[in-house]
Amino acid sequence: MDSFAPIPALAGGVLIGLASALLWLGNGRIAGISGIFGQLLPPARTVIWRLVFLVALVLGTLAASWLLPGLGVGGPGGQPAQLAAPPPGWGIPAPLWIAVSGLLIGFGTKIGNGCTSGHGVCGIARLSKRSFVAVGVFFSVAILTVAITGIV
Amino acid sequence: MAAQIRLPYLATAALSGLLFGAGLYISQMVDPLKVLRFLDFGAIPTGGWDPSLAFVIVPAIVVMFIAVRIGRRRQAPLFDTRFNEPEFHHIDAPLVGGAVLFGIGWGMSGICPGPAISLIAFWPPDLLVFLVALFAGSYAGALIIPSGRDKRLALAR
Repeated sequence: MDSFAPIPALAGGVLIGLASALLWLGNGRIAGISGIFGQLLPPARTVIWRLVFLVALVLGTLAASWLLPGLGVGGPGGQPAQLAAPPPGWGIPAPLWIAVSGLLIGFGTKIGNGCTSGHGVCGIARLSKRSFVAVGVFFSVAILTVAITGIV
Repeated sequence: MAAQIRLPYLATAALSGLLFGAGLYISQMVDPLKVLRFLDFGAIPTGGWDPSLAFVIVPAIVVMFIAVRIGRRRQAPLFDTRFNEPEFHHIDAPLVGGAVLFGIGWGMSGICPGPAISLIAFWPPDLLVFLVALFAGSYAGALIIPSGRDKRLALAR
């Protein structure tokens, strides 16, 4: 509970909403990161703006960590970022655990047409029936996965 | 197509990416361990639960909801000829199956695709392994589910 800070959470959420709103009203595009990322692959016809968005995403993260240091992980005043370790006692090497996680996320968001941003933010905001189902499923399964693995 | 290489279009994509990345850092959703502490509902009774993710996604949805309402009163976005709104509405097996697989992967690491990219800014150990796997998984999915509006629509019919 010590890490919960409602004001940065709300402010960050508003920024993510503004980013999505801007991409929608400016370019008519859904700010779904798995889609923007996944369609960099052939036969993508719209590679340039996707690359621009993704590079800017990294730079925005970096710039914010310099302007507002010490909010948590990352940047000059923050703790070093780290990935989750495999469940204790399962005897699984960390890179293997992370690789399986990445494969499932890449494959699942591709065939399911979206992730936390595309379905979770944009889809719910569009009142998309598909997104309501996807969000309900992936949140429930993720919560269940954490409960089963005891990873936290 | 041509609209998508013009400066205003690319500048909008850049500004959106900057805001999105800043939002992920400020909200600390860039921290996979913080996301996992949200997904750990077992910690609710003991007071160890971190509700941050809900405090992030709700205002994001509210802002986007208003933008969608504004968009519905317009013929086209500012810098392109049409809104690229998904046109398939069926709840099908790939949607549900994909969400299940994504949910398992997300629960294993606490990393969803947005933070995965923004974490490049801080480059934690093993991130490269994750990104290569993410890319490979997405490519494998593309072999099963055709990418692009026309093919996807044909499949939905």
